[in-house]
Amino acid sequence: MIVGLIAVIGLVSVNALFLIWMERKVSAHMQLRPGPMEVGWHGAIQTIADALKLMGKELITPRDVDRPVFLLAPIVVFLPVLLSFLVIPFSQTLIIRDMNVGVLLILAFASLTVLAILMAGWASNNKYSVFGSIRSVAQNVAYEIPLLITLMSIIIMVGSFSLADIVNAQSKYWFVLVQPVAFILYITCATAETNRAPFDLPEAESELVAGFHTEYTGMRFALFFLAEYTNMFIVAAIATVFFLGGWQGPFLPGIAWFLLKVYFVIFLIMWFRWTFPRVRFDQLITFAWKILIPLAFANLIITAFIMKL
Amino acid sequence: MVSYFKDILVGFYSLLAGMSVTIRYFVKPIVTVQYPREKITMTPRYRGHTQLALDEETGTHTCIACELCARTCPSQLITVKGVKLDKKKKVPWQYVIEYQYCSLCGLCVDVCPTNALEWSNEYRLAGYTREDSVIDLMTRFQRQQQLAGVPMTPIPEPPAETEEGAEAEGEVKE
Repeated sequence: MIVGLIAVIGLVSVNALFLIWMERKVSAHMQLRPGPMEVGWHGAIQTIADALKLMGKELITPRDVDRPVFLLAPIVVFLPVLLSFLVIPFSQTLIIRDMNVGVLLILAFASLTVLAILMAGWASNNKYSVFGSIRSVAQNVAYEIPLLITLMSIIIMVGSFSLADIVNAQSKYWFVLVQPVAFILYITCATAETNRAPFDLPEAESELVAGFHTEYTGMRFALFFLAEYTNMFIVAAIATVFFLGGWQGPFLPGIAWFLLKVYFVIFLIMWFRWTFPRVRFDQLITFAWKILIPLAFANLIITAFIMKL
Repeated sequence: MVSYFKDILVGFYSLLAGMSVTIRYFVKPIVTVQYPREKITMTPRYRGHTQLALDEETGTHTCIACELCARTCPSQLITVKGVKLDKKKKVPWQYVIEYQYCSLCGLCVDVCPTNALEWSNEYRLAGYTREDSVIDLMTRFQRQQQLAGVPMTPIPEPPAETEEGAEAEGEVKE
């Protein structure tokens, strides 16, 4: 358990460093730029230099903030992220604890992130922060429903909440082939859940400065940043487990297949970010309640019907 | 009801169309130049500072030190000093432009009766001091000849009687 926790903290840091570099490279190449090139091979350790700079920054606590809540928010945003790694199956054997409620555990902890964002926005005592966190809560509540329902249609097919069971059920074919609509719905909801463009209204730079983390500096800001990129890894890992067959694949070891698929899904999410413009807030909520939720329900009912036949 | 599903399908298609554009650009070669390490060649028509044109036939410049360019220059940044070598033809022994004052009007090139001036392709003009942008076109012309592979035209000695010539020499950087 302790070894697992240390390994997870290591993975979280390395993953965030890699993802930030990858994001900058992907965005750069989509705009015909090379991206970071100076520090290390093709800027590979640019993020480490940035992190060192961030550590050297002063931790500013504005005068009128709600101190205990303000200080607690970066910790609250980071803890559920760490806990979600408990049940993610990296390969046949590489899983910290295979719980029979694995899916529920991840989704329950993912909801805690909303609480942390609300805490950060409220405690900052800044109108832009509050706007950001209000948007975040409305958005996450709206998008968690279709997310759960789409995952439910897979759970009906497998008959288990355990992530390892779900991967084992895909030994013949990946579920993305039989549930393509569910996959598209899930990726859409996951993009919204991780507050990424085109659904990045909680931190819309052009409207809200930086949204809920406007008042945070130095490592406190870095924790929000770290949590955002780790959340991306987690939603991509769930997509891999539910739709892309987890560790299953020929030739390569399971862990390699798993990470390959996870980073493919992350690339997909980055691809969205650098393609689509940010949606308006009413469009965002309308999209969730009028399109995603009915489609997810229809998908669930059809799946249940076919399973019963 | 039909329009509801049609909207979803059309919207989904437009999203895919957008994504196909970005992925096409993703695999295209990048256009950025890593400037200090790699440089792009300028087009022949690029207008940098002026330089003495290399005459293809004679292998030297055609400047007769008439000082028309220096007189026409609105910023008066051109210094041309000529000397008569063989009692008939005047040649410049000094041609200096203080490029930091240049307003890029191009009158010096237009006015030249022998077409001795042309635009160079030089674009790296940044410097640390004002004196860095004082350009001596005589020594520059010798480098042009070196690059073109023709014998260098020696810079004539200044006439002994002029005093200002020595002063002007002090300003020259290159």
